Amino acid sequence: MTLLNGLLPPYIESIAITVGIYIIMALGLNLITGVTGQLSLGHAAYMSIGAYASAVVSLQLGMPFIFALLAGGIAAGFFGLIIGYPTLRLTGDYLAIATLGFGEIVKSLLFNMPIVGGAMGLAGIPFKSTLTVTLIVVIIVIWMMVRVERSRFGRALLAIREDDIAAECYGINTSLYKVKMFVLGTFIAGIGGALWAHKIMVLQPRDFGFMKSIEILNMVVLGGLGSIPGTVLGAIVLTSIPEVLRFSSDYRMLLYGALLVIMMRFRPNGLLGGVDVTKLVKKSIKSITGSNFADKEKKKVKGGN
Amino acid sequence: MLSIQDIHVKYGAIRAVMGISFEVKAGEIVALIGANGAGKTTSLRSISGLVKPEQGKIFYNDIELTSMPAHKIVEMGISQVPEGRRVFPLMSVLENLEMGAFTRKDKNKIKDDMKKIFQRFPRLEERKNQLAGTLSGGEQQMLAIGRALMSNPKLLLMDEPSMGLAPMLVQEIFKIIREINSEGTTILLVEQNARMALSIANRAYVLETGQVAISGEAKEMAENKEVQKAYLGL
Ligand SMILES: Nc1ncnc2c1ncn2[C@@H]1O[C@H](COP(=O)(O)OP(=O)(O)O)[C@@H](O)[C@H]1O
Ligand SMILES: [Mg+2]
Repeated sequence: MTLLNGLLPPYIESIAITVGIYIIMALGLNLITGVTGQLSLGHAAYMSIGAYASAVVSLQLGMPFIFALLAGGIAAGFFGLIIGYPTLRLTGDYLAIATLGFGEIVKSLLFNMPIVGGAMGLAGIPFKSTLTVTLIVVIIVIWMMVRVERSRFGRALLAIREDDIAAECYGINTSLYKVKMFVLGTFIAGIGGALWAHKIMVLQPRDFGFMKSIEILNMVVLGGLGSIPGTVLGAIVLTSIPEVLRFSSDYRMLLYGALLVIMMRFRPNGLLGGVDVTKLVKKSIKSITGSNFADKEKKKVKGGN
Repeated sequence: MLSIQDIHVKYGAIRAVMGISFEVKAGEIVALIGANGAGKTTSLRSISGLVKPEQGKIFYNDIELTSMPAHKIVEMGISQVPEGRRVFPLMSVLENLEMGAFTRKDKNKIKDDMKKIFQRFPRLEERKNQLAGTLSGGEQQMLAIGRALMSNPKLLLMDEPSMGLAPMLVQEIFKIIREINSEGTTILLVEQNARMALSIANRAYVLETGQVAISGEAKEMAENKEVQKAYLGL
């Protein structure tokens, strides 16, 4: 279980854990914004709910980490359900504003709740999110995402994103699917929050503001909305860049912003948006082994798009 | 089979349909014709459950559809070829057809129906792995019809299937509509091409600003002076 821990220098290991947590966060949001096309500007709120819930389970109940992790997911998913059900009837701008409002409400509630330490926050959370644990959770979440994407359920989601009116014409209960996805996405955010709490060991409400939600949204958009490999890549790139840019502390956010603008200029659909990674890998394997006749047809199809 | 009783539909403050009533009997082709904005699409959307009338009732074989959710209505055997085709552009032809059968659980029967659709539209079979967004307009219309047929409907609602197609293709689409009908599917056809619609329909209703203006047997309508002047350009 502790195989990987301590293998890397502590600073790098810490960044690797952070990257893992953001991959989880971004994959959760990708389900909501990328796959079903619901713009959510309050994803960090669900992260904070998961973080605080898991911290309370660890601190007050002293239960093993796995329970804290699940409690974080379930608490966030529960709020996802009660928020998602009424708000997903809203569309576009209205939904974005509602999710944004919810994020701010959660933040002010946490500020004013003595049980979670108010503005002081919660301290003394045990360190449990080792690199190994984080990596295992990342792999499970990616596996879940791939399963969802390939299922009948995933097909329905794709149809909703492409044309929700047509999807409804063919018997897809679009609001039910949107709510289900919202709950799953927020559950995953809660898991990410739980890992986060047990990594930094101190929680403060202001860590989970609007900017955090936007950062996570950036990862999904940068990677390519709806693409699992893209989202993973987006999370890796956007979590590491601020670290790499640390040398220029004053200009860090400026460079980060400039990078986003350049990215959107040259790859408006995201790094891997519209790229079928499975096909790409198969193709490169084939070109290495020297047989590629089956791919000509496919190329024609993609090219016409 | 289908009975629309005095429905009123609003989009916000805009009154799109103001008390429309009509009937479709099993086995018929019924045409709804009328100018742009008359409320034809809105009437179809009300039947499919995509919009809810604020007043009036819709019955399908004596079952009330008025407050039923859209996915339940598809399960009851009503499907729609939407205005402007609305194929899923990034899905293949095959995947689009599969989406049409989304509510069905009879896997073997679905395969048979897919075969039938490919017999009817050989061009779709040739292009079954092609992305739907790369098809020509006529092919997309065929795909939209095929996709609607995949739900195995008893009543097919078609919204301007000839829109934007070359005359040759319009002929072909109307031939297909007649075939589908002769194989037992009842059809409610919305068209701006009144001449073609009246030539294949049993009965027709003319809509004007959210109300039924004229109705009757399609043959008689084609000879009606008012209809000729307003919709047939005679
Ligand atoms: N989504 C919508 N929002 C607001 N008004 C609409 C909408 N759809 C249609 N309308 C209005 O409702 C009326 C009827 O439209 P429609 O049913 O599309 O007519 P048709 O299909 O006969 O052209 C028109 O005045 C149109 O502008
Ligand atoms: Mg219309």
